[in-house]
Amino acid sequence: MDSALLIHRIHFAFTITFHYLFPQLTMGLALLIVVLKTIALRRKDPAYSEAARFWAKIFGINFVLGVVTGIPMEFQFGTNWSHFSRFAGGVIGQTLGMEGMFAFFLESAFLGLFLYGEKKLSPVAHWWSAVAVFIGSWLSGYFIVATDAFMQYPVGYFVAADGSVQLSSFWALVLNPWAAWQYSHTMMGAAITGAFVMASVGAFYLLGNKFTEHARIFVKVGVVAGCVFSILQAFPTGDGQGRMVATYQPATLAAMEGLFQSQRSAPIVLMGQPNDQQGKIDNPVEVPGMLSMLTYKRWNAHVRGLDDFPKQDWPDNIPLLYYSYHIMVGLGTAFIAIMAVSAFLLYGDRLYKTRWMLWILLLSLPFPYIANTAGWMTAELGRQPWLVYGLMRTADGYSKTVSAGNGMFTLLGFMGLYTVLGILFLFLMRRELETGPGGEIKPAILHGKEAK
Amino acid sequence: MPTLWYWIVAVMVTAYVVLDGFDLGAGAIYLAVAKTDEERRRVLASIGPVWDGNEVWLLAAGGTLYFAFPQLYASSFSGFYLPLHMVLWLLILRGIGIEFRAHVRNPVWQNFFDVVFSGASILLTIFFGAALGNVVRGVPLDATGYFFEPLWTNFFNLGPQTGILDWYTVLIGVLALVTLVAHGSLYVAVKTDDDLGRRAKGVALLCWPLQFFLTIVSLVATYFIRPEVMNNYDKHKIGLLVPVLVFGCLAVLLWANPKGKEKLAFIASSLYITGMLVGAAFALYPVVLPARDRQFSLTIHNTAAGNHGLSVGLAWWTIGFVLATAYFVFLYRMFRGKVQAGEGHY
Repeated sequence: MDSALLIHRIHFAFTITFHYLFPQLTMGLALLIVVLKTIALRRKDPAYSEAARFWAKIFGINFVLGVVTGIPMEFQFGTNWSHFSRFAGGVIGQTLGMEGMFAFFLESAFLGLFLYGEKKLSPVAHWWSAVAVFIGSWLSGYFIVATDAFMQYPVGYFVAADGSVQLSSFWALVLNPWAAWQYSHTMMGAAITGAFVMASVGAFYLLGNKFTEHARIFVKVGVVAGCVFSILQAFPTGDGQGRMVATYQPATLAAMEGLFQSQRSAPIVLMGQPNDQQGKIDNPVEVPGMLSMLTYKRWNAHVRGLDDFPKQDWPDNIPLLYYSYHIMVGLGTAFIAIMAVSAFLLYGDRLYKTRWMLWILLLSLPFPYIANTAGWMTAELGRQPWLVYGLMRTADGYSKTVSAGNGMFTLLGFMGLYTVLGILFLFLMRRELETGPGGEIKPAILHGKEAK
Repeated sequence: MPTLWYWIVAVMVTAYVVLDGFDLGAGAIYLAVAKTDEERRRVLASIGPVWDGNEVWLLAAGGTLYFAFPQLYASSFSGFYLPLHMVLWLLILRGIGIEFRAHVRNPVWQNFFDVVFSGASILLTIFFGAALGNVVRGVPLDATGYFFEPLWTNFFNLGPQTGILDWYTVLIGVLALVTLVAHGSLYVAVKTDDDLGRRAKGVALLCWPLQFFLTIVSLVATYFIRPEVMNNYDKHKIGLLVPVLVFGCLAVLLWANPKGKEKLAFIASSLYITGMLVGAAFALYPVVLPARDRQFSLTIHNTAAGNHGLSVGLAWWTIGFVLATAYFVFLYRMFRGKVQAGEGHY
């Protein structure tokens, strides 16, 4: 691979992967905070208000990191992928522009009110500010996914005289069926991260016998939400997204599943190592016929394998794509199991005292992050070698005027800076966990008074 | 249609500079005017609820530019690759400087983030000014419609292969710094009282002669390196309102600030910035990115997106703009008045 191309790909992959660690939590938490605040309003229960306030602080720190690492993403379309921007800007500029006008303004304006305005606003008005932040962050997610969906399954465009693509139908672009499935699947993933983090922190407090009143709320809300979203994640959203890939990117499906030969009653590979030199799976653990069933709802359906496609159209990193996909699906299945057992124990009122289950909830904290990252890697590696599927290859889209050396300079800069950000983030998270939810009306105001 | 979008982007960039300009300026004077921890927290609380929203104007302006003039976006962002990444790093540092400072009440931690925040604010204003200088001066575009500008080449002699930093762009960078320092000082003077407010007002007073002098020098320098900036002013006499506005605002500033009318002075400062930017946009039109070799200049015509996209965009952009304006009016009303000690979480 051309070294400049490789640098630009790693540049985007690194910065977007780091960035998405934060929005997946803030989008998930935004929803759960609205839930907490709604219960607080209806039951007039101060414990729920305090729980909401605690998560608002966690949300605030994550949101700052999401914002500061998100700004570089919008710039990189131009700095590192200028040929792509010139080619596709007439179409994806629409969704990216709308994200700024509709989502970012809404989110940023009401975030200030939500985080600092509780004293100035009535409880209902403050609830509305939380709802506005939730809507803003979920809208932002939609416009980004719709942008990606155009790259996965281009619709609503025509090719202009200068070779670029231009918008032909706004509604086709915005209502891309690919975007609908990908969005619901992505947002379920974000909600799962929020739910697991909430339950995990609750379990941490319960195991250490601290803040138990709030911890029970965290575990309860986290487990109920986690149970609902884990199931929705697999069905219908994961299933629907899978059928999109099967229909519109059949080569991608074959590579994800490690299906080298086309066949009837195609098996699903649960485990095994893809051997792309010899075109087979090493040490396979398979369920016969299952891939045909899942994809086409018939046991003996014919599924196209990689041998059906010219080699230049194969995704260029089949092992990584295969592993990403399998890690995502494996973890998604584990999430359903963890949350179903927890919900069962919760229903029987035993969860808060079942220490082994609380340990499992505590230790599952990193896995939704891994699953979300693996999911995006599946989507983006699966789209290769195309940058816009069927229209522009990745090798044609990067900034030809930016040399590999300049690209590496800024890549290393981001790596250093993000390492510092990561350390600061963990440090601040530890402090918030130490402080915990509770008592204070508003910690910040108290700090101010202390100083006088 | 592209003309309309040219002015829409200009309006959004202006909104960004006027709004984020005051919190950048407040950051630039932060170490100098706010001496105690309590004063520093008041400065941060005065911009705390709004800085993020102000910065969104940059993102939204970028998004609108991407949507309306994809080729301009592609070529300018890749051409200004290095300085843009430095701007990104500074924006990151500045954001965490504001937000992370309050989380740990330890003087070493706070001093560190104070310097990060203020240093990043100062450098950002200079970079933004230098960026504008680069656009006005022209860049080494070739027939492919792309270029790549190193950070510096020849500082004093503006040849065909320019760098980001030369005497002209640094001059505009310094003008931007002085302008936004004055702008931010006035904002702090409006939002705070006591010694802090007085010191901020003092900074604004000191800035005026510099700002006046640099405005004239930069206008002369611009005419010197690109005489064609006067063409549009010759053609459309209405453009002459711009210098009237700019110097009128400087006069109001000179009069209002010593009289204790900080609000009026802040408005005049906002209009001064608007005048300078609109004046630059008026001079450039219809060119969006001049090339050193004039034939390769990018104009609104050879960079705009397709017509259907632009007309559809007008519908959603208008709705979005009205909504955004409404949020901002609401937000600023909620947080109006002088900042009290301990307000917000800073």
